[in-house]
Amino acid sequence: MISMTPRKDISMQRTVLTPVFSVLLTLCVGAGIFAVLGYDPSAALYQFFVAPLSRPDQVADLFVKACPLIIIATGLAFCYRANVWNIGAEGQIVMGAVCAGGVALFFPAIPDLLMMPAMIIAAMAGGMALAFIPGILKTRFNTNEILVSLMLTYVAALFIDWLVRGPWRDPESFGFPLTKSYGDAALIQRVELPGIGTIGQLHWGVVAALLLAVAAYFVMSKTVFGFQVKVMGDAPRAGRFSGFNPARTTLGVLCLSGACAGVAGMVEVSANMGQLQPEVSFGYGFTAIIVAFLARLNPLGVIMAGLVVALAELGGDRAQMALGMPKVVTGLFTGILLFLLLAGETFNRYHVQINWPRFDQLKSGQLKSDEEG
Amino acid sequence: MTHAHSAISAETAPVLEAVGITKSFGDFRANDAVSFAIKPGEIHALLGENGAGKSTFVKLVYGLLQPDAGQFFWHGKPLTISGPQQARQLGIGMVFQHFSLFESLSVAENIQLALPAGEVLTSLSARIRDMSDAYGLAVDPDAYVYDLSVGQQQRVEVMRCLLQNPSLLIMDEPTSVLTPQETNQLFAVLRRFADKGMAVLFISHKLDEIRALTSRATVLRRGRNVGTMDTKGKSNRQLAELMVGSEVADINRHKEPGKLADTPPVCRITKLQRPKSTAFAVALDDISFSANAGEILAIAGISGNGQDELMAALSGEWQPPTGDVIVLEGKDISHFDPAARRRAGVGVVPEERNGHAAVPSMRLSDNALLTHHSLGQTVRHGVIDHAATKAIAAQIIQAFDVRVPNDDPMAAALSGGNLQKFVVGREILKSPRLLVVAQPTWGVDVGAAVSIRTAMLDLAANGSAVIMISQDLEEVFAIADKIAVLHDGRLSDVMPADQVTAEQIGLLMGGDDARRGASR
Amino acid sequence: MMDALILTVILTSIPLILAATGELIAERSGVLNLGVEGMMLMGAVAAFAITSLSGNPYLGVMAAAAAGAMTAAIFAVFTLGLATNQVATGLALTIFGTGLSGLVGAPFVGGTVDGLQAVSIPVLSDLPVLGGLLFQLDLLAYGAFVMLALVAWFLNKSRAGLILRAVGNNHDSAHALGYSVLRVRCAAVIFGGLMAGLAGAYLPLVLTPHWSEGMTAGRGWIALALVVFASWMPSRILIGALLFGGITIIQLVGQARGWEMPSQFLSMLPYLATIAVLVLISRDRNFALMRAPAHLGRIFIGTR
Repeated sequence: MISMTPRKDISMQRTVLTPVFSVLLTLCVGAGIFAVLGYDPSAALYQFFVAPLSRPDQVADLFVKACPLIIIATGLAFCYRANVWNIGAEGQIVMGAVCAGGVALFFPAIPDLLMMPAMIIAAMAGGMALAFIPGILKTRFNTNEILVSLMLTYVAALFIDWLVRGPWRDPESFGFPLTKSYGDAALIQRVELPGIGTIGQLHWGVVAALLLAVAAYFVMSKTVFGFQVKVMGDAPRAGRFSGFNPARTTLGVLCLSGACAGVAGMVEVSANMGQLQPEVSFGYGFTAIIVAFLARLNPLGVIMAGLVVALAELGGDRAQMALGMPKVVTGLFTGILLFLLLAGETFNRYHVQINWPRFDQLKSGQLKSDEEG
Repeated sequence: MTHAHSAISAETAPVLEAVGITKSFGDFRANDAVSFAIKPGEIHALLGENGAGKSTFVKLVYGLLQPDAGQFFWHGKPLTISGPQQARQLGIGMVFQHFSLFESLSVAENIQLALPAGEVLTSLSARIRDMSDAYGLAVDPDAYVYDLSVGQQQRVEVMRCLLQNPSLLIMDEPTSVLTPQETNQLFAVLRRFADKGMAVLFISHKLDEIRALTSRATVLRRGRNVGTMDTKGKSNRQLAELMVGSEVADINRHKEPGKLADTPPVCRITKLQRPKSTAFAVALDDISFSANAGEILAIAGISGNGQDELMAALSGEWQPPTGDVIVLEGKDISHFDPAARRRAGVGVVPEERNGHAAVPSMRLSDNALLTHHSLGQTVRHGVIDHAATKAIAAQIIQAFDVRVPNDDPMAAALSGGNLQKFVVGREILKSPRLLVVAQPTWGVDVGAAVSIRTAMLDLAANGSAVIMISQDLEEVFAIADKIAVLHDGRLSDVMPADQVTAEQIGLLMGGDDARRGASR
Repeated sequence: MMDALILTVILTSIPLILAATGELIAERSGVLNLGVEGMMLMGAVAAFAITSLSGNPYLGVMAAAAAGAMTAAIFAVFTLGLATNQVATGLALTIFGTGLSGLVGAPFVGGTVDGLQAVSIPVLSDLPVLGGLLFQLDLLAYGAFVMLALVAWFLNKSRAGLILRAVGNNHDSAHALGYSVLRVRCAAVIFGGLMAGLAGAYLPLVLTPHWSEGMTAGRGWIALALVVFASWMPSRILIGALLFGGITIIQLVGQARGWEMPSQFLSMLPYLATIAVLVLISRDRNFALMRAPAHLGRIFIGTR
């Protein structure tokens, strides 16, 4: 029988160590499952976590893979901190990519310098618009935002499928569901350092993602808006008492996270594919949820967490090629990681004791008394 | 440690005897070798201030907790009470302070859950009606609990215990939710039980009631039994001093209540109307009053009669649709949100300190920011000055003697009394023109209660107006200059405190026509 | 043609009925388990794998129930044993279940099985119209209807059901009366998982006899929406499931009739309909206050 006493203060040590410990434990559990299913655990772990990091350009590629996760998870951090559960980032990515793609494909005459900003604005608008729907339904009709945002991911996926196979399909694509390629101004270039050249696939979107995370950290910890998000998430009644408006907070964080997801979608297309296709989100919207939790909803932690999860993603690709594992096995790791993170959160906030019941004395335990004792 | 326990003659065998009962939570000793006995037919008070260990003790008796040491004797035999179901089988009934009812279930279903398996609902309904007639406890088995008033819900709780023929009935602070008249009815019922041989263990900190109802009392202080005695011969002051362990300071009222010249109104409320927002809310109907400089206006009433709604209207969490309803020193603040009202000079202390007045998971500096961020010194261009918030928190802690484990602890780390001192001090330090406070000393130890009430009196003495919503009549008469009663969303006339009696207030709380109150 | 359509509606609704019934019990006890999708996938892969290996679809059904229950047990350990946040843990369960089922099912991709056969109920199956539709279904489908009726009786007429409802309405009061909140919830959650496993089994064993990753395609989420739509009352689950089944096949009807609308928009209908239904149900605040288990999703930590 497990008994729990709330701790009176949270130590910095424990706050940092718990995610680290969770990651290590996940590796062990994952290795165990691989072994049970007949894969060689050490070969699998090597492919997952060591092989992807053996060369500098591979490290750069790690950042490239982490880039969309960092952008999306930064927005989700605000949302979840306010206790608003945006599960629809996957669809918001798609809408962002679609809107930015619309600008790139149908307004090629925009001057080159303005193309990127225009696409960014369009991407933000697209992601925001989709995120706004669960927001307005929650504030007006008290509808659960989890289910609404989730349903919309399916809708968005079907929408882009129709666009890319139908009205936006490139007539010269031999029947493949692809749009025309973007013009150069609509693409995100590789980072070129003088004397070194490009490093793997590293592109400017990565730089933007890192800057975004840092700026978000500042907003979360040093501004009234960040304070508002935290108070509304922890104690909404106190938030109203303080003068914050619940509806505006909900809509604000949803639009913020929708905009982030939309931009991530645009970045991915412009940096890697250069044209729209039916699949542009690759599950990042769900993976970013894990990143946000691993970062304990702290935007600065999102960078580190994004890199860790990106490593698992890259590893999944390799394991698929080298060992024949299905791609979706990354979800196995990330799912276990999330379980262990949540359990770690409990250990952080409570002093947990396991008491074995003794036969001579029925339930025994040590717990906090209530005040009016 | 073995104790000889009381004499065992069949007539006087105590129903329940506790010998050396000890219970700790971590290193906090809630009950320390508590020993006393309750005889059949006796109404026994368990007295003590908040945090003394009363609730812990009765939870041990009811089997919700297990003692670390000591022994219970039931009708003379030693016993371990393993859980509430066994307690009920033995004949121990418990009426909880915060009730243990299920709102979406019917009265009969609620009662069925407390009985052992096997009883069919239809025969149970018949038994409920019979017992309801027999004891004058009107209860409808088919009603849903969410439809019942607080007094009716308490009757369901009592009924639930009675149906198991208890030999010991425990009541935990039952009168905090009753009007004086309902309290008298309850006492009559309890006396009838006692006459039939049932023992009653009555927990309270209200000394007048203890002396009126009970024959003997056990006083707990810091977990120890500091004395078991007859109540008839003791004065309130003697009992209070036993509870607190030292001389109880009188509150300095600065002046005689009611003997003031008419001072100008700081805040005038005119025809405040608020329709019901949900089925469980209370509509506010045509409320008008003014809070004058230098005065404490107490709004008395049982909770559930519109206090939450009135509080929200005063704090700005709800704003009336029309203007000129709430005017502060000539300025119409009806449409101001809470932040704007603070800028205008209103300080608010809500009833619930955990989650409303303060955020338990945040530090005191952030909790200070909660009601300071619209005022300028802590925020510049949207950016928070953390040094300033820490300074304000430190100021509050120092000025109001808030006991803290470190410089800037989480609000959850403070005891109830200390957090309340912080929350009240946070507003008073801003020298608001108007202070609105609800249940200022609820769940707070005597020392903190005294300092909070003194702080409110001092604020008024400096010229501010104070509106205090309270259901504790002792508190109301201790510090109010004027009193009005809120019942079912309507406010009675405002009366000077020295010209009304508790009985009159009680009648108004119970619903005698609020408008005609003052003319008695 | 009409017969075939109605039969399709009924068949499509079976997994929804099974999953929603299980989740309803969990939610009535106060636990919100968002991992239905993951539990269904575990049931689906278990059903397919065991049926494939043993040749016996009924063994597959049992394996699916066990897989669903075990997956739910993981959820119970975290949310009930360690008091973790139910929303986040449910999401983790979905991600985990999707991943693990994909891994376990990898060797079975591309294969096919002989699923559950229809079993005619004597006499009743000879009725005109209804006979062919309602009484020539497979055993799991009958099981779904039977379970729904049993759950309705359980909740409203049995003492155990009363205790379950009480725990979901106010876990503090239930605890104060001596009931073990965690034990009741654990049983409810595991039952929910068992039913979700059975729901998952229906997909490869009756609807589409193959295995592919993520083959539930959001049905788990629709089941969650169904519970809200049904206002936590079993009687309404049947109506809701049939409605959703009906909407899903509109796309088939449209294609068959050569409607102009692109197939993707028709496929969107079930999801859009779910949103519409949720909005309608949530609008009435009073209704929600009285119907939803008041302590749904709240963490309970008991003192002893």
